[in-house]
Amino acid sequence: MSARAITPTEGVRVYDSARRGSRILEEARALWKYRFLVSELVIRDIKVRYKRSILGVFWTMLAPLLNMIALTLVFSALLKQQIRNYPVYFMTGSIFWTFFSQTTSSAASQTQDSNEIAKRIYIPRSVFVASAIGVGLVNLVLSIVPLILILGATGYPLYATWWFLPISVFILMLFSAGVGFLLFTLASRFTDIREMYLVFIQTWFFLTPIVYHPSIVPAKFRLALWLNPMFYLVQTFRRPIYDGVLPSPTLLAASVAIAVLVFATGWVYFSHRVDEFAFRT
Amino acid sequence: MNTPAIRLGDVCVRYRVPRERIGSLKEYAIRWVKRRVTYDDFEALRGVSLEIEPSETVGLIGRNGAGKSTLLKVVAKVIPPTSGRVQVAGTIAPLLELGLGLHGELTGRENVMLQGALLGFSRREMKQRLVRIIEWAELQDFVDAPIRTYSTGMMARLAFSVATDVDPDILLVDEALSVGDERFQQKCLDRMEAFRSAGKTVLFVSHALAQIRENCRRAIWIHEGRVVRDGDSASVTADYHEWSIAAEPASLPPPEKISALSP
Repeated sequence: MSARAITPTEGVRVYDSARRGSRILEEARALWKYRFLVSELVIRDIKVRYKRSILGVFWTMLAPLLNMIALTLVFSALLKQQIRNYPVYFMTGSIFWTFFSQTTSSAASQTQDSNEIAKRIYIPRSVFVASAIGVGLVNLVLSIVPLILILGATGYPLYATWWFLPISVFILMLFSAGVGFLLFTLASRFTDIREMYLVFIQTWFFLTPIVYHPSIVPAKFRLALWLNPMFYLVQTFRRPIYDGVLPSPTLLAASVAIAVLVFATGWVYFSHRVDEFAFRT
Repeated sequence: MNTPAIRLGDVCVRYRVPRERIGSLKEYAIRWVKRRVTYDDFEALRGVSLEIEPSETVGLIGRNGAGKSTLLKVVAKVIPPTSGRVQVAGTIAPLLELGLGLHGELTGRENVMLQGALLGFSRREMKQRLVRIIEWAELQDFVDAPIRTYSTGMMARLAFSVATDVDPDILLVDEALSVGDERFQQKCLDRMEAFRSAGKTVLFVSHALAQIRENCRRAIWIHEGRVVRDGDSASVTADYHEWSIAAEPASLPPPEKISALSP
């Protein structure tokens, strides 16, 4: 058989397994091409979740509200914490943390769930992490509604610094996507990653000042706080809404640096392992 | 055009199967410490070389597990080759496992959009195609019903319609026609015929030898990951048929002998 190479003619797309170039860019291009799939997966997730339910989409708003009431009772009555307007303090932290924990643990379980499809037809697997982030974003936007209700109900000011929210959400998205890609890739080798992560994130939650104020952390544990990346991210997220001030330049710089570093690590790790997915699970 | 549409050069696909299934990190750590992570290599394709010209319709035959589906997956970019080179010129429409990703709770219309997205189409393209897809599938009256209420045949029509309402250069068909009633199967064959006469390349896996003879001029017989016969579909299918009914599976001649017999 003569070895005639396929030479690219104009207008014809050529797939050549020997000439694929950088995986980092290749995967990014593929994700961009499949962006409609990402939005369809987000839409499917939300539609399916509320089909045949009476309250429908209101569940997403109700959950943080109920959570807030329970935790307000526990922490303001039992622990007698001195936090100004605990409901607002807690809810900003809760919205922040829920996004992070939902998206990352969903990314970890997508590995298995998506395999049914992705081992049969070509789909860039990054769409599944991206859609987990997308679903989290929709939930986050929905849970802003009860937060604003609580602001109104407790007479808390709606600070002008709210305009910063999209930026802090973007930082959070970047960080979560990075962790998501790491977990998604690791879960293709080890099926217990997800379970381990769920235990880990539970502990992480209590190590991060979500339900308590960082000032109550004793001096000897301060180091643990400073080494926790989520500490910087939650402060960045909370300050404009709760304190009515923008995050300081150092805080913002720390958050952006963490998010960019984690995202880059996750993406590089994912794209270098991407060929192995087809052979695992 | 004198470049082939599909070219495989000495393609191997090797699956690494851990000898004892190690699924968790904990087990892995224990075994790694004990230096006991061992693998078996399973070779699904062992050096396949072939060229398929544009506008050729080629049938792939062989026993279950011979490597036919792996071959289609390598062409469709689902699996990267372990070694060797895969080149494909043009857009691909994979008709592999129809109905993948259909969701029972979503309506027909929603599923069409989702299926299109899974195949890599953009929102704009899908909006243009939606009506035509529904019409071809003859599901106009059911588009807004959740597809859990559909019959198997209706779902197959929907999936086939989405997958083939395209203008691909290459069509990959894997046993897709085994579902649906006769009328539907005929519609599918008609559509494949339309592809063929439009000069598209069709790669077609089937166990129905009559279908292969009828639709393809060329057939490729794959056995244990190797091409054993490649040629005129009438003679390849005849040989395959003779071989597969001739003996008990245990006493099958090794493929090397068979390829020695071929011209």
